[in-house]
Amino acid sequence: MRHILSILLENHAGALSRVAGLFSARAFNIESLTVAPTEDPTVSRMTLVTSGSDEIVEQIVKQLNKLIDVIKLIDLNDGPHIERELMLVKVLARDGGREEIKRLVDIFRGRIIDVTDTTYVVELTGASHKLDAFIEAVNGELIMEVVRTGVSGIARGTRALNVGTPTAAPRSPTKAAKSGDRAARGTVNPAHLL
Amino acid sequence: MRGAEIFVQALKDEGVEYIFGYPGGAVLHIYDELFKQDAVKHILVRHEQGATHAADGYSRATGKPGVVLVTSGPGATNCVTGIATAYMDSIPMVVFTGQVPTHLIGNDAFQEVDAIGITRPCVKHNFLVEKVEDLAPTIKKAFYIAASGRPGPVVVDIPKDVTADSCDYYYPKSIEMRSYKPTGRGHPGQIRKAIQLIFEAKKPMVYTGGGIVLDDAAEELTEFGHLTGFPITNTLMGLGGYPATDPQFVGMLGMHGTYEANMAMHHCDVLIAIGARFDDRVTGNLEKFCPYAKIVHVDVDPSSISKNVPVDVPIVGSAREVLREMNQLLREAEFKALDKSRPWWRQITEWSALDCLRYDRTTDVIKPQYVIEELYAVTGGDAYITSDVGQHQMWAAQYYKFDKPRRWINSGGLGTMGFGLPAALGVQLGFPDSIVCCVTGEASLVMCIQELSTALQYNLPVKIINLNNRYMGMVRQWQEFFYDRRYSHSYMDALPDFVKLAEAFGHVGLRIEHARDVRTALKEAMGMKDRLVMMDFLTDQTENVYPMIASGKGHHEMHLAPGNPQPQPSDRELA
Repeated sequence: MRHILSILLENHAGALSRVAGLFSARAFNIESLTVAPTEDPTVSRMTLVTSGSDEIVEQIVKQLNKLIDVIKLIDLNDGPHIERELMLVKVLARDGGREEIKRLVDIFRGRIIDVTDTTYVVELTGASHKLDAFIEAVNGELIMEVVRTGVSGIARGTRALNVGTPTAAPRSPTKAAKSGDRAARGTVNPAHLL
Repeated sequence: MRGAEIFVQALKDEGVEYIFGYPGGAVLHIYDELFKQDAVKHILVRHEQGATHAADGYSRATGKPGVVLVTSGPGATNCVTGIATAYMDSIPMVVFTGQVPTHLIGNDAFQEVDAIGITRPCVKHNFLVEKVEDLAPTIKKAFYIAASGRPGPVVVDIPKDVTADSCDYYYPKSIEMRSYKPTGRGHPGQIRKAIQLIFEAKKPMVYTGGGIVLDDAAEELTEFGHLTGFPITNTLMGLGGYPATDPQFVGMLGMHGTYEANMAMHHCDVLIAIGARFDDRVTGNLEKFCPYAKIVHVDVDPSSISKNVPVDVPIVGSAREVLREMNQLLREAEFKALDKSRPWWRQITEWSALDCLRYDRTTDVIKPQYVIEELYAVTGGDAYITSDVGQHQMWAAQYYKFDKPRRWINSGGLGTMGFGLPAALGVQLGFPDSIVCCVTGEASLVMCIQELSTALQYNLPVKIINLNNRYMGMVRQWQEFFYDRRYSHSYMDALPDFVKLAEAFGHVGLRIEHARDVRTALKEAMGMKDRLVMMDFLTDQTENVYPMIASGKGHHEMHLAPGNPQPQPSDRELA
């Protein structure tokens, strides 16, 4: 199953390579990874999309927590959340095709941000599957270039991930954890925030 | 204060007694400061790998972090094997590597290597010190991280200009890190669940590993054993964590564990694992692992729990703390210890009666097992034993009965040949008045043989027990069993004369060719208290390590030595 992990880590040189190295050394999947400093310049926030069975994701979360540079992390899939990704697509836009693409961009609530007599650059934001759908909807022969940022995600409601957030008491997963006791994963307990 | 001075002062403030190292261009400022003082004693090794193993051995025996200082480039790369060795066995170690000056980093400068990048996968953490102001706090953090939680090696890479620059010296007394907070006490609710399982168990088994040794929890484990009356097995890394001569100890488990330990693992209904990580050499085939057991797992590292085997009652916490709490609860409940007349113990006694470690004691060819048994007798079971990797390692683990922790020092996780001799030097430095023996084979020994010079320079009277069978014995054994006796490149041709070799390095060499001479030679060697003695035992060339679980097999599918009645593998649940 696909999981979105939000990770706060020390904004040090090399912190990113520790995370990337962990995934390659232990043969975990990375679908996408984005990272940038937060409002606190000493802290970076990373959004990492991975996939695997519950056991593997549990192991990924534990191994990430074990990295000294990782301050805190949550699995966004533990609760309702929002994910967004930004995509820029350069398409051939000639003759009659120009109108067709413009209509498609409107349907997907995208924007055309660069225009030449033969090309458009389309900006589109949304969940990854929406971006996938746009690419599928456009005639493949017209696509010149695709750039995607990877997923950014955030929890809905009062649940928040920041350095000051108290974490749940460190408990380890049990067999019960697999049947839904998500708090046992050492992730943020929303109850603390209420 | 100059960076180099800060470095030495920080080591003093940290209470570092020995530093194992080798000088070079990038660390010359530091070496100049080391020269001006004698509080921190520097041990000059002959190869940087030797420095890491010696620091590692020192740490395993004393419990203090081992400290290494090497130069940039090849100095750092030569350390990698030793760092990985310490990492796999969770040994606290701080390795300082020199680095080219900051303005040259990334320029392919002379003796430049990305030490941080190279060591990243095999350290608990590593640091590049970017400015002199960071030096003292980084050293403090390095020691804190290395020794706390699940211990491990930490690398600190120090560019040369940082050791030349100056700033005020301040060494923090303690350190607080928002991103690193190791767990100490276990969760009380989980501990109560474990106690409940202990109450209900009919066929309990206790399986403990290196975590007991690292956390100095042997006393608590012994008390736990006596309070419960349960059978106890130790992993290779955990030997000495429970006294081997205690009647409840059933020997080591796993690939070359005892028949009784492995059978008890297979048939138990409650398994209590403490400070062990369910390594593949311990579990055998995971599909067949402890099929009838509810499992309690105590470990300081949450990622060790349910990594290979799903567990029923996980407890994250220090082995010592959790054992103390469990012992307290057992005492309060006046738990009645399982006595030896119960069916489960009777069954275990029956398995033990098979005497799976039997070997031919009648021949005058030297059996390697015999050497270890005699070594045990001659040293009164009280020596520090380091080993290299291979058959001799397994025989030492099987036949030397370790009653105390930190006496058995070997590379269990990484399996590093060449570990034994330098590790023994580190142990001897930590315990100058104790007997330190390195049990090795002729293949492993030569991998770090240059450290014989270090032993002479610092007068470290280690006793080397070379079980010389002229083969890479464990490779040969696998080729015999699984490759139709095609002994591809496992024969050691053109071996040195180990007696002359010892003499050339300024030590004493003895060659022993007959079983009847083994004890006399050992006594003679132990009598030479101030000399390193290399004992070259010419042993039976084709002896194999038994019992053995072949890969893909379960604990109940062991092979015993030929000539023994082979037990029928039984997978039925015992009544």
